[in-house]
Amino acid sequence: MADDMMTIHLKVWRQAGPDKQGRFENYTVEKVNPHMSFLEMLDVVNETLIHDGEEPIEFDSDCREGICGTCGFVINGQAHGEERGTTVCQLHMRSFSDGETIVVEPWRARAFPVIKDLVVDRDSFDRIIAAGGYVSVGTGPKPDANSVKIGKDVSDKAFDAAACIGCGACVAACPNASAALFTGAKVSQLAMLPQGKPERGRRARRMVHQMQEEGFGNCSNIGECEAACPKEISIQNIAKMKREYLRAIFTDS
Amino acid sequence: MTKLDARSPDGPLHKKWDNRLEEMKLVAPNNKKKHEIIVVGTGLAGGSAAATLGELGYSVKSFCIQDSPRRAHSIAAQGGINATKNYPNDGDSIWRLFYDTIKGGDFRSRESNTYRLAQVSNNIIDQAVAQGVPFAREYGGELANRSFGGAQVSRTFYARGQTGQQLLLGAYQALLRQVDRGKVEIFARREMLDLVKIDGVARGIITRNLVTGEIERHAADAVVLCTGGYGRTYFLSTNAFNSNATAAWRCHKRGAYFANPCYVQIHPTCIPQSGDYQSKLTLMSESLRNDGRVWVPKDKKDIGKPPQDIPESDRDYYLERKYPAFGNLVPRDVASRNAKYVCDEGRGVGATGRAVYLDFRDAIKEQGRDVIEDKYGNLFHMYHKITDEDPYEVPMRIYPAVHYTMGGLWVDYELMSNIPGLFVAGEANFSDHGANRLGASALMQGLADGYFIVPFTVGNFIANYDIKKVSTDHKAFDAAETEVRDQIDKMLSVGKEGSRTVIEIYRDLGKVMYDKVGMSRTEEGLKEAREEIVALREEFWNGVKIPGSSDNYNKMLELAGRVADFLELAELMAIDALEREESCGGHFREEYQSDEGEALRVDDEFSYVAAWEYDEDGDYEVHKEELEFENVELSTRSYK
Ligand SMILES: Cc1cc2nc3c(=O)[nH]c(=O)nc-3n(C[C@H](O)[C@H](O)[C@H](O)COP(=O)(O)OP(=O)(O)OC[C@H]3O[C@@H](n4cnc5c(N)ncnc54)[C@H](O)[C@@H]3O)c2cc1C
Ligand code: FES
Repeated sequence: MADDMMTIHLKVWRQAGPDKQGRFENYTVEKVNPHMSFLEMLDVVNETLIHDGEEPIEFDSDCREGICGTCGFVINGQAHGEERGTTVCQLHMRSFSDGETIVVEPWRARAFPVIKDLVVDRDSFDRIIAAGGYVSVGTGPKPDANSVKIGKDVSDKAFDAAACIGCGACVAACPNASAALFTGAKVSQLAMLPQGKPERGRRARRMVHQMQEEGFGNCSNIGECEAACPKEISIQNIAKMKREYLRAIFTDS
Repeated sequence: MTKLDARSPDGPLHKKWDNRLEEMKLVAPNNKKKHEIIVVGTGLAGGSAAATLGELGYSVKSFCIQDSPRRAHSIAAQGGINATKNYPNDGDSIWRLFYDTIKGGDFRSRESNTYRLAQVSNNIIDQAVAQGVPFAREYGGELANRSFGGAQVSRTFYARGQTGQQLLLGAYQALLRQVDRGKVEIFARREMLDLVKIDGVARGIITRNLVTGEIERHAADAVVLCTGGYGRTYFLSTNAFNSNATAAWRCHKRGAYFANPCYVQIHPTCIPQSGDYQSKLTLMSESLRNDGRVWVPKDKKDIGKPPQDIPESDRDYYLERKYPAFGNLVPRDVASRNAKYVCDEGRGVGATGRAVYLDFRDAIKEQGRDVIEDKYGNLFHMYHKITDEDPYEVPMRIYPAVHYTMGGLWVDYELMSNIPGLFVAGEANFSDHGANRLGASALMQGLADGYFIVPFTVGNFIANYDIKKVSTDHKAFDAAETEVRDQIDKMLSVGKEGSRTVIEIYRDLGKVMYDKVGMSRTEEGLKEAREEIVALREEFWNGVKIPGSSDNYNKMLELAGRVADFLELAELMAIDALEREESCGGHFREEYQSDEGEALRVDDEFSYVAAWEYDEDGDYEVHKEELEFENVELSTRSYK
């Protein structure tokens, strides 16, 4: 194992607070085990920094298995790094080469202000969901779950959209910093399912408006979002959202 | 020591919950909005409770430590959720789910609670489907089921390998709908650091804003704690990195009893540790045991060989051999302990020798790769990504890891702790799983508590107690806030001079816990563990190194506070394990085993819940809730 150890050079964005000036700092990390995840490599760097009396590099993470959507930053210009269908917590050092210089910076978008170092504020996503990204049912007695049948194909497709982890990579990857993939995934998941149909028009209208209100850019069909999405959510969801939105505007349902 | 009363309703088991619901007082609709309720945690339990309480009309404040309620640890649950729908017509019923849960918990849970859980299980599925949760379906459009975690019926509903995610997003969306309606206010990136009690009743909490460092006060008429389990006491576990015991522990220090802290579940199918830098362990869903076969080489000399080259005759499918009736589907504690035994014998595989194979070769041959891919594709993908090995080609390597904690704050039948006004739901309470939890039943419990139990019982409490408004200027808030500030200041002042990082001390704690308070325990080991934990605590308070300050985002400071609490809880876990001189479920004392090496319960002496009270001097006193089994007969679990 010892022979496989790598040396990595990091250029990391350090920013002490929301209103502070940020800058890149360089770090060299020796003896990086290729089986480490990227975050574990940063853990090791941070332990050294703490011992040296410096402040560690702040980054967000929780599940560390690609499902909670907490982690995320830009690695060498790519949201969550170059590897497809992967969050940074699932990225392993074996996908880098010995001696490589890696540039690490936070999501950059007006609607995602930096909190510290690589940590950003994504509350805008919650506000988009609060603007109708739900089915209006209360808790209480409901018809038997099998009383409404849903074909496996429809249900699978809805699932594909529902797999979004809300990490924000789509926004970070988009030159316009648009949140269309995030919003589109929820609009289209719920529009596809019988439970979500009754309020699909109102939902599409309100969620799209909220998205604009938050300061996200417009979608111009570049497709970087799909490429960066760790869950490989299809850009077709954006097309579906646009159709839903137009339908809502014209039929006012 | 006092005897605890769970206040379970009278009447036959299947009538108890209905009877209680009928007896409960209601809060008048116009009055509900005047009552503020704090819900701490936004996992399945907290998300569903806050959404439902908001919808009922209460004014709800919802707190979580993540940046969004959608990221609670529940999101990571993979395998599924149980319900007694009996869609496959294979003989399931409420009774059967209840019985399986009681038996699976090794007869250490409360009958009335466990029965109610089985009773409301079907409502959860109906509710989730109505919310648009995309459960797996058959081609005909009906919901699909699978058998899971040792059950002999197919009662598990699932959404690929992401059941927790989809259920949590359902609850989260319901919660945000209430935000939209102005009924719930979300306080994300807030950590509850104390409970405020006035006249013995829970009346509020103290939180720290994790972005600005501000200490905040929140008053309410009831506090519902849904802050998850304490598996991270072991440092390495399948739990999310920020999962912690702080909220529950601080309630404990304010007088809430902590029940059965030694009951910890070690899950058999996790990806083995690969190095010292490791920060967490990844679960491979138990559903894999439906099709994967567990084995190690019969002979030590084969352990270095590529598994494909080991012929059938040289493999020991030890679970199938020892437990012919259940085979690879024995409950988690049994599967985990047996993995430990074969590795202790020196037959473990992989670089560290602490792993066994989980092999899909036969399943792929029989069912075809497509079918296996459809069932487990994302899990195989995840495994491949983490280990760089393709499980379609070579068997997975797995090893047990800490996964779930059955212990938690003591609650009565209405999920209220011994502190009036403090309710505890989800993994944070101790209530339904006894000494071992069955697969796919934590999601069920979290949602049962949050959607269908707490909203009623909190209402009953509010209607029965004459709750006067309190202001956050009350001196009890002053006192609690001062204590919180003092602790943070103390940590930072030690932290400036200290020499070992929070993570270093934390890892040491984890190692003590795995070695001595883990899968298999002895009196001697537990006594040593206790001493070592106390020593680590001293080391922490005298020599921990903590960077930065308290007035902004500081992850290490957050973690330090949590580790300080783990260092106390860990000792109580050891004490509880020491006092419980029997083996049951996840608690295996080597002194108490049958000739065949199976767990030996001592029912005459230990058929009780141990609920620990904390006193000012840091000592613990035990209160016992006797477990009365009126409906099931205690038997020895046998999976042979
Ligand atoms: C990898 C994995 C897979 C699993 N798979 C399954 C499965 O297939 N089926 C099943 O039934 N169970 C499964 N489980 C178990 C199940 O996921 C958990 O028991 C359950 O989700 C716990 O839910 P909860 O609502 O009680 O708490 P959690 O989901 O843990 O939520 C805790 C909440 O409390 C908040 N919180 C914690 N501390 C504080 C504080 N001090 N202040 C403020 N907020 C705080 C957190 O922010 C979070 O919102 C799995 C567990 C793991 C680890
Ligand atoms: S930490 Fe959860 S997705 Fe990366």
